[in-house]
Amino acid sequence: MSVTIEQVRHIAKLARIAMSDEELARLEPELNNILGWIEQLGEVDTSSVEPMTAVIANKLRLRDDVIDADPLTGGGKRDAVLANAPDAQHGFFAVPKVIE
Amino acid sequence: MARSVEGGFPLRQAVGLPPPPEGEWEVSELTTKTIAALRDGLRERDFTAREIAEQFNAAVAGARALNAYTVETPEDALACAEAADSGKASGSLAGIPLGIKDLFATRGVDSTAGSHILKGFKPEYESTVTANLRKAGAGMLGKLNMDEFAMGSSNETSAYGPVLSPWRRQGSNVGLTPGGSSGGSAAAVAAGIAPGATGTDTGGSIRQPAAFVGICGIKPTYGRCSRWGVVAFASSLDQAGPMARTVRDCAILLEAMTGFDPRDSTSLDVPVPQWEAGLSSNLKGKRVGIPKEYRIDGVPAEINALWDQGIAWLKDAGATPVEISLPHTKYALPTYYIIAPAEASSNLARYDGVRYGLRETPDGGNLDAMYSATRAAGFGSEVVRRIMIGTYVLSAGFYDAYFTKAQKVRALIKQDFRNAFEQCDVILTPTAPSAAFGIGETTDPLAMYLNDVFAVPASLAGLPAMSVPGGLDAQGLPLGLHLIGNELDEQTVLNAGLAIEERAGFTARPEKWW
Repeated sequence: MSVTIEQVRHIAKLARIAMSDEELARLEPELNNILGWIEQLGEVDTSSVEPMTAVIANKLRLRDDVIDADPLTGGGKRDAVLANAPDAQHGFFAVPKVIE
Repeated sequence: MARSVEGGFPLRQAVGLPPPPEGEWEVSELTTKTIAALRDGLRERDFTAREIAEQFNAAVAGARALNAYTVETPEDALACAEAADSGKASGSLAGIPLGIKDLFATRGVDSTAGSHILKGFKPEYESTVTANLRKAGAGMLGKLNMDEFAMGSSNETSAYGPVLSPWRRQGSNVGLTPGGSSGGSAAAVAAGIAPGATGTDTGGSIRQPAAFVGICGIKPTYGRCSRWGVVAFASSLDQAGPMARTVRDCAILLEAMTGFDPRDSTSLDVPVPQWEAGLSSNLKGKRVGIPKEYRIDGVPAEINALWDQGIAWLKDAGATPVEISLPHTKYALPTYYIIAPAEASSNLARYDGVRYGLRETPDGGNLDAMYSATRAAGFGSEVVRRIMIGTYVLSAGFYDAYFTKAQKVRALIKQDFRNAFEQCDVILTPTAPSAAFGIGETTDPLAMYLNDVFAVPASLAGLPAMSVPGGLDAQGLPLGLHLIGNELDEQTVLNAGLAIEERAGFTARPEKWW
């Protein structure tokens, strides 16, 4: 399978990365090279194989159903959460206007 | 560096020890010592933690030409030294300052994953691994440069520019890569501007740089080190591990770094072995697997010769070599380059210009335009390439053909290793298919990916794996040997590494030019 410039444009849109026509043109052969190389997996017969879900057998744990059981990751951390925000206002993350 | 004679020996006096014999009072270059020697010397009060911190701080400041550190934190190293000297810190690493890869969140100190999109990000919390090291008494010399989001094998994708290896080819002053992505960690340890460092390994990022600069590095079993507070690249593969000069130092650091962490859903709830105490280079009864599929075309004869030498060394240590087969080896790299970019594209969706890091807002642009402009301005070209590949293989209509297929092949690769460990206890291979190359010499992304051809299979199988220096090539550059162990059997990996270390007698150090 190979991708066209239009598909690269679509992938860039899905990935939310702004790209000029020149960048799209540069990426197209690069992506096709990589995708062409990946194609060799088609040689492997995987008809009776289950896809891997965990590389080391492990159980998913549930934490105790208690508020702030882990104080470090619990609530009441508004200022710490906002400390690195590019734009924080009135205790919230501020973003460009969404609703016209 | 000499200690002033007028100052006397206050520590020795304080504990009632006589002054050391004439001629031995000089504090030798502490930056050349191993972590074990520093720790033991501190116990014997041969020197103080403050002297260690001061010497390393000075060495760090004097080696900026290497571009190994993105942030220097001399005051942190000094504060931990004070705690050790005053007896307030007594852990296994009390008074030992370390370099920390920039992928680890360190409270109040820039943690940027080598990316422009995280420039200035100062976490409000500390990663579990660095918190564990601090609990053991270690200090921090600074944050170490790396490939952007750990995506790279040469450190050239860092937003801070490439790290230079302290090594050079004989008779040449061409700048060489220390490997990647933990290139800053590798260069720092090799140059003696950190006695040890943290690294992370997703597809070889501890082992390949360790091999390129002639040091040791181990990636433990997936789940041994908590991923909490480690900037995520490919979560099913990412593992932290230590990089240091010797196998023993790696064992010491690994013991301090690992341990169950309820904050990481894939953390393993198993006891941490005493790896240092368990070190033994007697491999009697151990079988060393030699995978025939790792004899690949295009690998320099010197590397295959070193591999054969490695087999002979392990035999000498009492082990029995057995030929094994890992039939899906050739599919490991393409599998990796589906799974890792897929997970990366998902993980890196969080860099949206809202909660932290860079924000670019085009004039009059809406929220969507802000996302796209921020990500275009913040990510470097290799990160963009991998996000694009990942987004494509996860997109509607292609998911099964690429991602599900890769997860199936990954299951086969894991099964290969399960079968192999029925016949052997540890596997020996070369670490990388070449010695270090020059900055700018490898421009084709696919050629760059091939650097990890020997390292990636163990990552896909979640197995512990280590690189140990084996010797120098004809150009005077280090080459590494690679040991892969069974799940949770870091001890056999370390022991085989120790057997190689004792026999290789690798003492070469780069000549100081920086």
